[in-house]
Amino acid sequence: MNLSNASASLNAILPLVVVILWACALLLVDLFITKERKGLTALLAAIGMLASLIITLARLDLEAVVFNGMVTVDGFSNFLTVLFLGSGIVAVALSYDYLKRMGLEKGEYYVLLLFTVSGMMLMAVASDLIVVFLALELLSIPLYVLAGIATPRLDSEESSLKYFLLGSFSTGIVVYGIALVFGATGTTSLAGIVDAITAGSAGMGLLVAGAAMLLIGLGFKVALVPFHMWTPDVYQGAPSSVTAFMAIGAKAAGFAAILRIFIQAFPALSVDLTPVLWVLAALTMILGNVVAIAQRNIKRLLAYSSIANAGYILLALVPYGQSDVAADSVASALFYLLAYAFTSFTAWSVVIALEQVEGKGLELEDYAGLSRRYPILALTMTVAMLSFTGVPPTLGFLGKFYVFRTLLEGGFPGLAVIGVVTSLISAYYYLRVVVYMYMREGEPQAIRDPWLYIAATASAICLVVLGIFSQPLFAWASQAMLH
Amino acid sequence: MVPVEYYLGLSIVLFSLGALGVLIRRNAIIIFMSVELMLNSANLTFVAFANQYQLISGQIFVFFVMAVAAAEVAVGLALIVAIFQTKQSIDVDQINLLKG
Amino acid sequence: MIPDIVLFIILALVAVASAVGMLFSKNAIYSALNLILNFSSVAVLYLILGAPFIALAQVTVYAGAIMVLFLFVIMLLGAERLRRSETLPYQQPVSIILAAILAVVAIYALLFRPLGIEAASVANPDFSSPAAMAEMLFNEYLLPFEVTSILLLVAMIGAIVLTRKRQRRVQR
Repeated sequence: MNLSNASASLNAILPLVVVILWACALLLVDLFITKERKGLTALLAAIGMLASLIITLARLDLEAVVFNGMVTVDGFSNFLTVLFLGSGIVAVALSYDYLKRMGLEKGEYYVLLLFTVSGMMLMAVASDLIVVFLALELLSIPLYVLAGIATPRLDSEESSLKYFLLGSFSTGIVVYGIALVFGATGTTSLAGIVDAITAGSAGMGLLVAGAAMLLIGLGFKVALVPFHMWTPDVYQGAPSSVTAFMAIGAKAAGFAAILRIFIQAFPALSVDLTPVLWVLAALTMILGNVVAIAQRNIKRLLAYSSIANAGYILLALVPYGQSDVAADSVASALFYLLAYAFTSFTAWSVVIALEQVEGKGLELEDYAGLSRRYPILALTMTVAMLSFTGVPPTLGFLGKFYVFRTLLEGGFPGLAVIGVVTSLISAYYYLRVVVYMYMREGEPQAIRDPWLYIAATASAICLVVLGIFSQPLFAWASQAMLH
Repeated sequence: MVPVEYYLGLSIVLFSLGALGVLIRRNAIIIFMSVELMLNSANLTFVAFANQYQLISGQIFVFFVMAVAAAEVAVGLALIVAIFQTKQSIDVDQINLLKG
Repeated sequence: MIPDIVLFIILALVAVASAVGMLFSKNAIYSALNLILNFSSVAVLYLILGAPFIALAQVTVYAGAIMVLFLFVIMLLGAERLRRSETLPYQQPVSIILAAILAVVAIYALLFRPLGIEAASVANPDFSSPAAMAEMLFNEYLLPFEVTSILLLVAMIGAIVLTRKRQRRVQR
């Protein structure tokens, strides 16, 4: 690789380079920031991501294949990069006051956050399985540490260990899947895999086995049933600000990998894989929503909700093998991810506002009477719950609408029916939160942190406003085609 | 020359044993070692196919897997040490991985 | 000169036996030692497969550095004597049955279904010399290589963050 070639390649992934360099610089700068002024580190981290976000937004129509085809910058990656950077910035806003209250102020928190965001951004552009694998690790390892950052608090450490062990287990499965794909095709590049399949030189049995293992490994990451069992405990034990980011960023990155790998490299395998996806999606929606009903702890409830939402996102992928539907598949999955991100951040910021030290303030009872003392928080939480349920005119409704429409286009009405029915079931536990906030008596306690309130109300407003004027947003998602 | 199928068979057996270890053992360190066994079996597959196709890229992948494994081990063992010091006991096997 | 196939069978037996040994040892130290044996036998297989660089990396990085770290931690924690593993009652038989099914199916598929792949027509013994690997790493695989360096940095930060608090407690 000569020098001009390298600089052109680096230019294509400039937002990613900015975040990584910024993280390294912040690591040094943080040494000179005293413990009382860690807010400065938070601010600097947010500025770094904002700069990267501006670069990305300034060249949204950039398309390039660089680093010998290992990196593909296209509409798909640009859309997700914006999503990841936006999530990262919101996560900083949610973290700052929370860390101070919980006594967890560590400068490395924000550095690790930047690194995990960079891993997600790398995942969005990865078009070679080797880069997918490294991106998966680059986003996971900082998350393992972030989950355990409240050490020596035992629940945080246990959550981190559990996340780590199952995360590395799933990495092992992913690596083995890649090995089988390599064995079948003699390459790890997605374009090369397609070439090998069309040339007929691929060992199809091995390839299907490899694809299935990739699906299992990534299924762990995005918490598909039956690979979800780590989720509730990890989400509950990790610090809430980390959980919020984990629930959104890690899931979106996992789906970024699944979408790109399957739609770009494995459309030829859809005969074998579509039934598997069908069953996984159905199981995930049913189990996630049904078990969520039994939850009294709000973090566990949102954990099961995130499992159920993984099922809805997977719905979009079920008809991925039909070439005329594949574009809608990508668009509706991306749109759903965006809606899910807004909704989750709204809900989690309310959870963070109510959480007290030592894990108090997380039961459903602690939300009783919230509407009287904290009407804004109660209202934002209500919007989030309605959006999760899929009530119009929220963004959540449109997310589900587009996913179901894709499903019908692909000819899977049965699965769409399961999706609608499970959405109705989910209304029970989502609206129960609203009932507690508005109709029960209680003395809830919440903090009044301006950044948190801005994040909560802004994303709640976005949920409604973008829900009403969703056309440009969906048009953007539709343009985010894979190349 | 040994056929590549034999290597694949060996790696599948090793991988299954590693996965079995993750599922049945309760000790965090042993689970972690089982994961290393799984990664190792994937590496064997890569090298076997690299030899089959005479492609160096398979071996390059192994190089990266090793680097990643080293990174994982650093974090994982730090975590195990931290959790051990908090609990002040050797019962690292109390963490129930499959509690729904 | 021993034919490759005999060597392979011996090494495969050692690898599988040591993996089983790792799995069922009651003592974590024995598990780690078994795993080192496993890694070493696989390293020899890498040599047969014409991957000298990987074979040596396997011995130094895996069997050497990583497993020594494991042993170090086990002894540091005094965790070598494990209590009888506590498993969910149904879990152990179920997983063993699943693993057996997996193994049987895989072996069946290997023996009775062709993989559908062919060996490269020209065998080149030098295709994986360390020099060739280095050239690939710094040209085609430049990006993954750089990402790995970031990854190692992150792991370093992570390990420090997770264990640093103890020193503070001592200072107090």
